[in-house]
Amino acid sequence: MNLAEVVLGIMFVGLIAYGLFGGADFGAGIWDLLAGGTRGGKRQRDLIEHSIGPVWEANHVWLIFVLVVLWTGFSGAFVSVTTTLYVPLTLAAFGMIGRGAAFAFRKSVTELGMRRFLGALFALSSLVTPYFLGTVVGGVASGRVPPGIAAGDVVTSWVNPTAALGGVLAVLVCAYLAAVFLCADARRAGAADLADGFRLRALGTAAVTGAVGLGGFFVLRADAPLLFAGLTGRGLPVVVVSVLAGLAAIALLVLRRFAAARVASALAVATILIGWAVAQYPYLLPPVLTIEAAARGRATLTATLVVLIGGSVILLPALVYLYTLFQRAEHDAAEKVDA
Amino acid sequence: MLETVLADAAENLYPARMQMALSLGWHIVFSCFGMAFPLIVVFTEWRAHRRGNPDLLELAHTWAKAMGVLFAAGAVSGTLLSFEMGILWPGLMEPFGEVFGFPFVLEGYAFFVEAIFVGIYLFGWNRMSARAHMLSALPMIVSGLAGAFFVIAANAWMNNPTGFSLDATGRVVDADPVGAMFGPSTWPQFVHMTLAAYMVAGFSIASVYAIGMLRGRRDRYHRFGLMIPLTVAAIATPIQIGVGDWIANVVAENQPVKLAAMEGLYRTQAAAPLSLGGIYIDDELRWSLEVPWGLSLLVTHDPNGVVIGLDSVAPELRPPVNVVHLAYNTMVGIGSALLLLALWLAWTWWRHHRMPASPWFLRAVAVSGAAAVLAMEAGWVTTEVGRQPFIVYGVLRTADAVNPAPGLYLGFYAVVVIYIGLTVLTVYVLRRLARSHSTPAPQDVEELSLR
Repeated sequence: MNLAEVVLGIMFVGLIAYGLFGGADFGAGIWDLLAGGTRGGKRQRDLIEHSIGPVWEANHVWLIFVLVVLWTGFSGAFVSVTTTLYVPLTLAAFGMIGRGAAFAFRKSVTELGMRRFLGALFALSSLVTPYFLGTVVGGVASGRVPPGIAAGDVVTSWVNPTAALGGVLAVLVCAYLAAVFLCADARRAGAADLADGFRLRALGTAAVTGAVGLGGFFVLRADAPLLFAGLTGRGLPVVVVSVLAGLAAIALLVLRRFAAARVASALAVATILIGWAVAQYPYLLPPVLTIEAAARGRATLTATLVVLIGGSVILLPALVYLYTLFQRAEHDAAEKVDA
Repeated sequence: MLETVLADAAENLYPARMQMALSLGWHIVFSCFGMAFPLIVVFTEWRAHRRGNPDLLELAHTWAKAMGVLFAAGAVSGTLLSFEMGILWPGLMEPFGEVFGFPFVLEGYAFFVEAIFVGIYLFGWNRMSARAHMLSALPMIVSGLAGAFFVIAANAWMNNPTGFSLDATGRVVDADPVGAMFGPSTWPQFVHMTLAAYMVAGFSIASVYAIGMLRGRRDRYHRFGLMIPLTVAAIATPIQIGVGDWIANVVAENQPVKLAAMEGLYRTQAAAPLSLGGIYIDDELRWSLEVPWGLSLLVTHDPNGVVIGLDSVAPELRPPVNVVHLAYNTMVGIGSALLLLALWLAWTWWRHHRMPASPWFLRAVAVSGAAAVLAMEAGWVTTEVGRQPFIVYGVLRTADAVNPAPGLYLGFYAVVVIYIGLTVLTVYVLRRLARSHSTPAPQDVEELSLR
């Protein structure tokens, strides 16, 4: 592994974290959208708001990481993606603004009409944003982003079978993750019925995701043969791990082992992303631009690596502190109710 | 093929610049609060605990929530900016990302830490001991300032690019990302911006309470709400005037054409006068108020010193003079007025140990917030438009950096609509918070009851 691969590898860890935390965050918004009428869906929406309230800002900083490491260490590849795929990226950015603003401000608003508008904005942008991000992955993975400023087609690069598959899978995975995460949260809040509801949704979404994934193999074989060859060749062990972890998660959900199901689900989703990376290795922009060719100067990569490692030493304890502080307070509140 | 690409680039240039200006000009206001508000809030919380004063504690809590609202608005608008760097300006990021992209990696960490601790600070209100709670604010204060430093280091690099060389074909070689962060403009710009942030936050918060007092709410709560932030701003203002001289000299040394545009000076000359106001037409500044020898004195500290004018470069290498000159004059003019307000407060406090009793003082404070924001925006326009036609001063033209992709200009209209909505929403929530202190902040978590 050379320096460029190490830096890109750490960036990819950030991307996985975004997929898991940001993904669950988007997914929570999708369930908010599907929670039903104002009255009937209230308890679900309260739970969702409560679960992501303190962490939603932190959940989305991961994406900023991915962007800044790419533009610093792999500037040429970065602008190839941002210029050719500017349409889905712009729409995703708008979705993030709409979603963040609506979620942040909706609890400070009392008028019913305004609350409904913001709630709808939050939920709808939670659905479309992961779709557009998924199409970006599909566009890159199917080799539709050639190196160079606006070198690719600004429409067909993200309106194509692989990109659509990427978008749909992204939405499904987000919804699945959120449902699994919310099971445990609902149970801790003492709402067994909500926990059961999200358990059913998780199982249903898992089935749909599995079916789409299976069908996706045929899409990729026809539309992105290189990616398909990578997934069924070098990437096969990772794909197998993903499938096994997914099956384990389903079993754990059936058994109502929600905490363990979280871990298995996270592994299943992380390995989907890792499978994509392994399948297109050593290319950053398949089928021509390799990681090595895309990497910029050694001084820049070294400085970036030092900051990535040094920064994590500060960041990770702070993140752990945030999550434990919140979880502990939840725990105390739950005990108070039980007592 | 090339012709269509060039046509698209020309079509995209103006909307892309306006989109960037709108996104940045909006975000920079919230960045000011991100830099300066935490310290003001924590100072107030500390005073409240020291004096056991419930008014101060309620004030601190309300401000903490307002800080959370402003932080959330800044966070969402900042996300768009990181996309726009690549989407709008690929010609900047492609060659130079490896040179000046690095501070943004640092900023990523700083912002992450700030987001975490803003969350902890708001969540920890009434849940942590006073000491632990105030300690948890420390990382928030430090990371807010550090993040601003990194972003300003990148902007300072665009004004005075260092830390790389170009080979014979014009490609970047020997990129030194750490060296690029510490060019001649970085420290003066950072100090200038930090003080501006304290002025914007201080005067803006104070103006809210001045309006309240003008409407007759002259209780202790409003007096504290006015005096604490106003004192912070009043301390920052005279220092800012001094820093202004420092930064003007750095600009004169490194970007003489920008300085010439700021002053509306066409002819390179000795004993140059300082021109206030006026309109620049046909290489001449008309109807301005001139202070003889003023400019030479300011720039060279010698009344007969030579100051470089716009005639030192070809017309196509000059920035739009009127925008830069008037923006610069606006900033200096408002800054001077705010200095008078600060002196008025200091004098009365020194003589009588109270704030000035005149209603004109409250009226002045009431408009000082908007004035400080306007001055800050004018200063930002001065430095950004003054750098034109270059995006990287002397190295890369803005027109050569824009994304030529077809249809890009449409994004501008969408961004206008989004920012109008975002502004309405932010103002609405802040007004609600001012009226009803129990309004929750975006990061607040209430007890959940699902049974």
